[in-house]
Amino acid sequence: MKSDTIAAISTGMTQAGIGIVRVSGPEAIPVVSRIFKGRKSLEDALSYTLSHGMIEKDGVSYDEVVVSVFRAPHSYTGEDTVEINCHGGLFVTRKILSLVVSEGTRLAEPGEFTKRAFLNGRMDLSKAESVMTVISSGNDFALRAGVAGLKGKIETEIRAIRNVLLDEISRIEAALDDPEHYDLTGYGETLDRITGEIETKMEDLLRRSENGSILREGIRTAIAGRPNAGKSSLLNLLSGFEKSIVTEIPGTTRDIVEETVRLGELTLLLMDTAGIRETLDPVEKIGVDRARNAVSEADLVLYLVDGTAGKTAEDEENLDSLPPEKTVILYNKSDALDEETRQRILETGGLLFSCKTEEGLKTLEQIVTDRFLAGEISFNETVILTSERQIALLREALEEVREVRNGIRDGVSEEFLSADLLSAYTSLGKIIGEAVGDDVADRIFEKFCMGK
Amino acid sequence: MSMDRVEETYDVVVVGAGHAGCEAALSAARLGEEVIVFTVSVDSIALMPCNPNIGGTSKGHLVREVDALGGEMGKNIDKTFIQSKMLNASKGPAVHSLRAQADKQAYSREMRKTLEETEHLTIRQAEVSDLIVEDGEVRGVMTVSGAVYHAKAVILTTGVYLKARCVYGDVSEYTGPNGLKAANALSENLLRHGIALRRFKTGTPARIDGRTIDYSKMQEQKGDVPIVPFSFETDPESIQKAQVSCWLTYTNEETHRIILESIDRSPLFSGSIQGTGPRYCPSIEDKVVRFRDKDRHQVFIEPEGLYTSEMYVDGMSSSLPEDVQHRMYRSVPGLEHAKVVRNAYAIEYDCIDARQLKNSLEFKAIPGLFAAGQFNGSSGYEEAAAQGLIAGINAARKNHGKEPVVLDRSDAYIGVLIDDLVTKENREPYRMMTSRAEYRLLLRQDNADLRLTELGHEIGLISEERYQRFLSYREAVDREVLRLESFRVGDTPQVRAFLSEYGAAELKSGATLSELLRRPEITYEALSDLDPGRPALPERVWKQAEIRIKYAGYIEREERQVHAFKALENRRIPEDLDYDEVPSLRIEARQKLKEYRPSSVGQAGRIAGVSPADVAVLLVFLKRKQGVAAPADEKTE
Repeated sequence: MKSDTIAAISTGMTQAGIGIVRVSGPEAIPVVSRIFKGRKSLEDALSYTLSHGMIEKDGVSYDEVVVSVFRAPHSYTGEDTVEINCHGGLFVTRKILSLVVSEGTRLAEPGEFTKRAFLNGRMDLSKAESVMTVISSGNDFALRAGVAGLKGKIETEIRAIRNVLLDEISRIEAALDDPEHYDLTGYGETLDRITGEIETKMEDLLRRSENGSILREGIRTAIAGRPNAGKSSLLNLLSGFEKSIVTEIPGTTRDIVEETVRLGELTLLLMDTAGIRETLDPVEKIGVDRARNAVSEADLVLYLVDGTAGKTAEDEENLDSLPPEKTVILYNKSDALDEETRQRILETGGLLFSCKTEEGLKTLEQIVTDRFLAGEISFNETVILTSERQIALLREALEEVREVRNGIRDGVSEEFLSADLLSAYTSLGKIIGEAVGDDVADRIFEKFCMGK
Repeated sequence: MSMDRVEETYDVVVVGAGHAGCEAALSAARLGEEVIVFTVSVDSIALMPCNPNIGGTSKGHLVREVDALGGEMGKNIDKTFIQSKMLNASKGPAVHSLRAQADKQAYSREMRKTLEETEHLTIRQAEVSDLIVEDGEVRGVMTVSGAVYHAKAVILTTGVYLKARCVYGDVSEYTGPNGLKAANALSENLLRHGIALRRFKTGTPARIDGRTIDYSKMQEQKGDVPIVPFSFETDPESIQKAQVSCWLTYTNEETHRIILESIDRSPLFSGSIQGTGPRYCPSIEDKVVRFRDKDRHQVFIEPEGLYTSEMYVDGMSSSLPEDVQHRMYRSVPGLEHAKVVRNAYAIEYDCIDARQLKNSLEFKAIPGLFAAGQFNGSSGYEEAAAQGLIAGINAARKNHGKEPVVLDRSDAYIGVLIDDLVTKENREPYRMMTSRAEYRLLLRQDNADLRLTELGHEIGLISEERYQRFLSYREAVDREVLRLESFRVGDTPQVRAFLSEYGAAELKSGATLSELLRRPEITYEALSDLDPGRPALPERVWKQAEIRIKYAGYIEREERQVHAFKALENRRIPEDLDYDEVPSLRIEARQKLKEYRPSSVGQAGRIAGVSPADVAVLLVFLKRKQGVAAPADEKTE
């Protein structure tokens, strides 16, 4: 079975350091060589070699990269594989992925590199089951997430654009199917206007998705609790970095520090707070106000109770002001608790947590995931699960809409315009996890009185 | 052999002689099978009980494909049409669609004649009442009289006749169309054999005496000149003839008022009709109710044939009571004094959910039993003929121990039609539409022969003589494409003048004729100025070459998509695969896969409830099952 060429970012979605774009399939080497400028052409590169150079397209340089070439069958997937090691951070890595896609590759499905590795005999048969589990869980999560209904402005906007596209596709199809009834005379102008509006919207959407704000995407999460309940320690635990100053003196964490971290399959945008304690200290006051804002904007609040002190009146008061479906209460410092206290907390349904021993971390992961799937937690703006895919798909859709407008200008017949509109509709559908199915026929019958 | 009943033996039994039954019987007999075809009335062979035309958008494609595979419909309509039109002629070639008005009696008579002239084909008027099933396999049929017909394969093409009920207002007649006998016995026995049935409905408008129509109030709709034949075998010269016209008029607010006023007397709205009707071709009352903002609907007045003054009122099918019908028709301009010859009516009938079938149209559960046409939940003469042809071919092949012929979605509209029927959930009579074909820029009516003649020849329905003619045509097209691709013109004053005449951009350097032809404003005919030495070619040849070059970009894009599609389509799933053994499938997918048992991974992916992840899991599982050895299906890429 000859396969197509796929691409994806194979490193995690972190802000810093090196990102790798992996490309696999028969076209991998020619595709990358079209956007790579080094001393030698990649087409001539031997297997297992590194080439240093620039990623360039249409005279624009994007990043200085090191490219590894693996020729079939001696690669992870067993196919020709190219790995582009980028240095410019997530934004540039995504840009390069989209260049690779626009050169004629497809975005990889979750687990697809591993699947190919297996199908090409690069993996032991005994691994088959685990391969299936990987594919299944990756997609199953996306599917469950889809069922729960990912909320967000971008999704709403994409649905709106798709709806317009479907209207226009069905208008064309109705006329092609029942030409004695529906006429397309003069329709080109209308379609040009409509696709022009869509193009602007998509460009805008793309800009918003691509610019700095992508670094802030994630479930907006506030960490709250009384001073010294362990908020900065929790942030450090989740991020793995010493981002904020952690001291034993209450009120020393003054600035809101934002950080994107993974929690299981989800991405959280953590906002550290200065505590939500009333204070008269002017410096503290600013921090507290900001923290309050953060909590009110958050989609998820991780509320830390100092387990050694127990739930205080102040905790109760704070919790009363938080919406319960948004809040998870962690009884921190469980490592310092005696068995009796632990039991008491457990009996009240509290979650024992320790930033030191990581007790409760898995449970927290599960709770947040469950709530997210149940639709109780939503994203503030961007759908984040596979957003490098989504951005590239959006760009694909934009190209297809532009193709429609080129077609109108060239005066091509409407069935070709319909084909491009349908491609755009399909690409946008992939972003929000919807297949085409019988959408077109259904919309035709809904909007047009068909047949004699 | 028992003495007190008729008992005969055939290779193939066909139950029904409509458009599916005729193609099925003809193809099986032509492949050497001894065939008997049953009909409730030999006077209703290839009857057109509804609209008086063949073809139309996407249906014209089906007819061309049937013809390329060696079927009869195209030839029969070429013999009996009275008007012909190429729809969408101003659009690109992929959506050009041929449609012809038929002389209904001539159509039926010619088809009957063809059946009677075919060797190995027996026609029998009798109502089949039961299947003979032994050891789970079909072995023949029994008629209501008790006669037994043994056969290795049986094809059910019962159309709308199973437990048919015709309805208008509160009048119910338990007959097939036109008062023909319904087949009432077979349904119960099909259920007994484990075949699940359901109830669909469709409808037809009134027929009006043409002498009572005032055509001066209507717009005349003439046929095309020159006439283009359906069959690749018909010489266009031989069918140029005088044509009759159709007429266009419209309903109006008065019509709609009459309908809405009496809507509660419609059996559809009162609930007396249970069957599901098509969203395509809805009844006029449906249109008026569902599209209330439309102040008029088109009505085409079309001749039923040259033999009669009866006219078909296309666009106004109905099951309203007789008195409402009369008032409603007479409110239409030109029909003020119209006399109705036959009332409009809705018809309800038993049919199957075709997901009980394989893509070969054989029942999954009963080997040897095939089904085609409206019985499978489709609508339309052409959809029926296409399935009938495939069922006939596959019944014969099964008897010969050969693999079935299965067209996939990238091969033909026939492939799309059958795959949709046997894979997807269809809640209404299924009509072909060009938008259902993913690869429609490849599946054109102009290249149906290029796509399918070779296969038709392999199957044995295309004669050697026709095949040789086809090969030389194909070669001529290839040669012309090659010539246009290699003929270069320079940036000369003549070329510059030519380009500016057609408003095309100037050349930077030289270009081939094919590069020029790709420009939207330049046609093959126009290019003759720069191509004085071009060979004199039949129109069919240069037109095909022109299409291939002009739309190369789109064609190549779809070909790439087809390539990816085929990869999954060629991954066969063993018939005995135990889905409980496949780990990581989602529960819903597992249930659906167990229920419908798709034949390929590609088909599995088209079943509602099977996700891309399930497909990937299935691929990996099948690979593991095959072991590390290179599987056979990897050759087909």
